[in-house]
Amino acid sequence: MPEIMDRIKEANRAVTTGIDDSAVKHWVTVYIMGKGYRVPADITIMQAMEYAGYRFVRGAGCRAGFCGACATVYRTAGDWRLKTALACQTRVEDGMFLVQIPFTPAEKPAYDIEEEPADGTPLLKYFPEVARCVACNTCTKACPQDLEVMDYIQAALRGDLAAVAELSFDCIQCGLCAMRCPAEITHYHVAQLARRLYGRTLPVPKHVLDRVEEIESGKYEDEFEKLLSMSREELEELYRKEQREKGGLNSRDASRVTRNGQGER
Amino acid sequence: MSDKAVPSSAKASAAHHNASRVTRHALPYFPGCALKDQARGFEDSARAAMAALGYELAELPRWNCCGTVYSLATDDLMRHLGPVRNLVRVQDLGETRLVTLCAMCYNTLARSSRFVGADPERLERINAFMDDEADYRGGVEVVHLLELLRDEVTFEAIEAKVERPLDGLKVAPYYGCMLLRPREVGIDDPDSPGVLEALLSALGAEPVDFPQKAECCGAYQTVSSPEIARARVGEIVSAARWAGAELIATSCPLCTYNLEHHQVEREERETRHASPVTRHEIPILYFTQLLALALGVSEDKLGFAGLKFDPRPLLSDRELV
Repeated sequence: MPEIMDRIKEANRAVTTGIDDSAVKHWVTVYIMGKGYRVPADITIMQAMEYAGYRFVRGAGCRAGFCGACATVYRTAGDWRLKTALACQTRVEDGMFLVQIPFTPAEKPAYDIEEEPADGTPLLKYFPEVARCVACNTCTKACPQDLEVMDYIQAALRGDLAAVAELSFDCIQCGLCAMRCPAEITHYHVAQLARRLYGRTLPVPKHVLDRVEEIESGKYEDEFEKLLSMSREELEELYRKEQREKGGLNSRDASRVTRNGQGER
Repeated sequence: MSDKAVPSSAKASAAHHNASRVTRHALPYFPGCALKDQARGFEDSARAAMAALGYELAELPRWNCCGTVYSLATDDLMRHLGPVRNLVRVQDLGETRLVTLCAMCYNTLARSSRFVGADPERLERINAFMDDEADYRGGVEVVHLLELLRDEVTFEAIEAKVERPLDGLKVAPYYGCMLLRPREVGIDDPDSPGVLEALLSALGAEPVDFPQKAECCGAYQTVSSPEIARARVGEIVSAARWAGAELIATSCPLCTYNLEHHQVEREERETRHASPVTRHEIPILYFTQLLALALGVSEDKLGFAGLKFDPRPLLSDRELV
């Protein structure tokens, strides 16, 4: 186990190491927690922070816009608006003042999903603050996924599980809505409860049942064993081969993998 | 509104509705949260009744809570965002009127509409807060269904379409507060209203006058001080019964909740002392349920299942169901 943890740690090290400054043509200045840094113009906020010397032990995860770990707030020069973004998905801009919000404190009630009725009542039972919504729409404006967050909270208020589930489906739980809400609602937890309740009302699709059976019968275990027993070099070679076959990695990216030691998103 | 301001999609939609024989008029309609949850029967019966009259209650494609309680703080513009946002949705459709059923939603939306309409500076501040969203330009009129029935459909036309006259049914019309007060948004005389009586008469029922018809049911005191709501409901229901009512008609899910809920509690406490006239439970119906019943709407669309006290034994006794 310690060996695996070391490998995970290694895999998560800064991806921007190895940038040759003399090859960078365009630079911008960003202010990370108030301190200015000159960084290459075409990198993401997350890469810029690493370039500036920050090392992420929290607030970074998939680096692909799916995990919601890298919520960031920023302002740009000359604009009063407080903007929000995922650090791994957003390019730096000149004059950007930014800080990451790696964690959102939130009350997360415990419930037994099987014990709750599959209707709107558990939403207000566990999250009565939903009724404090004044429809200001600030949550919607904060959402880096462009969800209609306020609309799903309003749907929760009227007990419409299907609407909450549909409108919140692409939520990655970054927490920015909850940090901006004047009514102190934790939208993403409300949405998750609604999706769980709504899921109970739907029939389990056959392909899911089939896949669960495959997993339980051990169909994929050999493949996992094979991957876990490979060396770093073998894994990198396999990754490049797979990417070439998929056509997802052009030769320039493939060479960057070699230079940086790993793939860059 | 000028023709120029109507989006082409709204015009197409209007043309579509005009072409339809079944539905003559599509009315932008705001349901409110309670009508999607506790008070489904209110909406279901209203939709069915309006269809029978040749109107479609066209639910706004997007809406939020009305705000529930109209904010009296003059500097608390944040509380008006919810209602104003709903008026923006009406404006988005190229419409200028919004129909409501719930008396509370009516009151909050109508008052907010007046509040921002009366002062350009307030409206400007709200629009500035909404920033890159569409500005509310003002001018959306909020109407309650009872007003529409009285002023546009007319009670004469309704009477002509009655298929099942509610002959001899003694109904106490209960207005509560929100339809009548404050006077600026009241749909009728706040001291001596008559619109529900006129509707009930058109349906063939016998409206029962009683002094508490425009008094408060206790409203949200039911949460923090239920004894207040219990006392109010006791007076209202007793007065209606002594006046001979067999049913009470309302236009408010909160009034209905209080009249049903506290009536039960009262029954439980007073059974030992009750006189025969106060012993039985009195069903609380939405006025739209009686309207739909009289217009010949089938029983399954009347929404009786959601009521605490089933009116069907009484209605079946009168051969109405």
